[in-house]
Amino acid sequence: MLKLDEIGKRLLSEVADLHRVPEGAYNIRSNGESAGRASTENIEIIPREDGAGLVIRIKSGTKNESVHIPVVMTKSGLKELVYNDFYIGEDADVTIVAGCGIDNCGPKDSEHDGIHRFYVGKGARVRYVEKHYGSGDGSGKRILNPGTEVYMEENSFAEMEMVQIKGVDDTNRTTKAELKAGAKLVVRERLMTHESQNALSTYVVNLNGEGASADVVSRSVARDNSYQKFDAKLVGNAACSGHTECDSIIMERGRILAVPGLEANDVDAALVHEAAIGKIAGDQIIKLMTLGLTEQEAEEQIINGFLK
Amino acid sequence: MNESADCPAASRAAAQHSIFKGDIMLECINLSFGVEAEGQQKEIVRDVSFTLPDEKLAVITGPNGGGKSTLARLIAGIEKPSEGRIIFNGEDITELSVTERAKKGIAFAFQQPVRFKGIQVMDLIRLAAGGNLSVSGACDYLSAVGLCARDYINREVNSSLSGGELKRIEIATVLARGSVLSVFDEPEAGIDLWSFQNLIEVFESMRKNISGSSILIISHQERILNIADEIIVIKDGRLAAKGSREEILPALSGTASVVRECRKNGVIPGEEVSTEGSAKTGGDAEC
Repeated sequence: MLKLDEIGKRLLSEVADLHRVPEGAYNIRSNGESAGRASTENIEIIPREDGAGLVIRIKSGTKNESVHIPVVMTKSGLKELVYNDFYIGEDADVTIVAGCGIDNCGPKDSEHDGIHRFYVGKGARVRYVEKHYGSGDGSGKRILNPGTEVYMEENSFAEMEMVQIKGVDDTNRTTKAELKAGAKLVVRERLMTHESQNALSTYVVNLNGEGASADVVSRSVARDNSYQKFDAKLVGNAACSGHTECDSIIMERGRILAVPGLEANDVDAALVHEAAIGKIAGDQIIKLMTLGLTEQEAEEQIINGFLK
Repeated sequence: MNESADCPAASRAAAQHSIFKGDIMLECINLSFGVEAEGQQKEIVRDVSFTLPDEKLAVITGPNGGGKSTLARLIAGIEKPSEGRIIFNGEDITELSVTERAKKGIAFAFQQPVRFKGIQVMDLIRLAAGGNLSVSGACDYLSAVGLCARDYINREVNSSLSGGELKRIEIATVLARGSVLSVFDEPEAGIDLWSFQNLIEVFESMRKNISGSSILIISHQERILNIADEIIVIKDGRLAAKGSREEILPALSGTASVVRECRKNGVIPGEEVSTEGSAKTGGDAEC
């Protein structure tokens, strides 16, 4: 059984779609302690000795298994720094679901800084899903600073879906990746900020081997007085291909800074950056109004679709 | 607007303009619309009145830049007239919003359909149908416009779709509305020949099943004019001619000579024909 209160359970369902103990390997961290953990024959979860994080070892050739490592925080004023290292064996094919939910009803800031390091073996495939969510009406901030490092061996594949839709006051996300020959990285980031929230997202992707490729796409919505900065840099050090895209909607007094960064150090590196920022197109709203939606309903549909 | 016409008065006024018999679905009464451009007032629609009877398919035609699309947008509520009234099923809807008109049963197909990142074809058709719609129900609408439903239902309504595909999806959303009055703004624009044949079949089928509804199509296409019950000719923002297809179509002899013919018949004054007058029969978009 999980040692979680009702708020913890609600957060768990928000960040990991979990309503009970998940199948496969898992570790659920609640207010700085493990609330439940299980390894499987192929996936071993070992707590670090200092308690600040996990080492997760996935055997070579493991197929169609999953690891859930969600984090929930319901105590105001908690601040933690956690290191989780994932070793994904050669030719494995796994799904990793992370995510962090913070409920802060108190006056003190709550902060979770998670550093995730992925070592993706030759020919391995990993799908990583990370959702961030905040709730609670205390004056203390909900702060999440995720750091992600991805080291990809030859012909490995990683798809990373990172979502933060609601309630996180302050986030500073950094993602760093090193790709060997034939490795492929796909990143899909979705972000919505409200009120006076701040979100920074920085990527540095080094394409070091022949045939390496990266596709980093961020879709975001900045509402109210919020601010976002998307800073994506691709470095092509071999015959490789890379694409980054920042596609953003601004509403009310929201502000967004998109910083394109492409560095080609090899004549056969092909790198593309796209960025577009603007408010919702008027004709999109009108089209949905001709289908019987109100202006507000139309906006909601457009944003839901955009962030889907 | 010269007077604040309440509904009965408006209906009476409309009756004077009415050239069609039977019950009236839509009445446009002395509609005018202008915009300010470079400090000058430019009239795009001038004092246009016409009626669309129940269970009829009417086509509004005329040269490019003549105000046809604006007229359609006035009816859908996207633009508000500077003067005049719009009566829909006996109710004055001039002050109603786009949403309110949609809820009362007016559907509108855009000349240049809107693209949405992330919204799938299924989402759009479901919204059009008002919520509850099965996948097979949505597929029926797509099949009706000649799209292989399976290939499109999960596609995003974004720039990965061609102009012709988008146009057909637009028409499918109007079919899904099941509206009392369906307005199509140049459905042929941006559609290739193969799709066009299919499009004609869509409108023929709508015409066949028109019971309880009416259709208004803005078009240059002779083959669409050929299936019209009524034809309305708009030129320079004014009504140049209106009547049954039998009355109007022979004089048009293909839309290329709309203006020349109208002038010859004394429907419009004998001024110089502008270059716009030589409207092409092709489906190029109107600005």
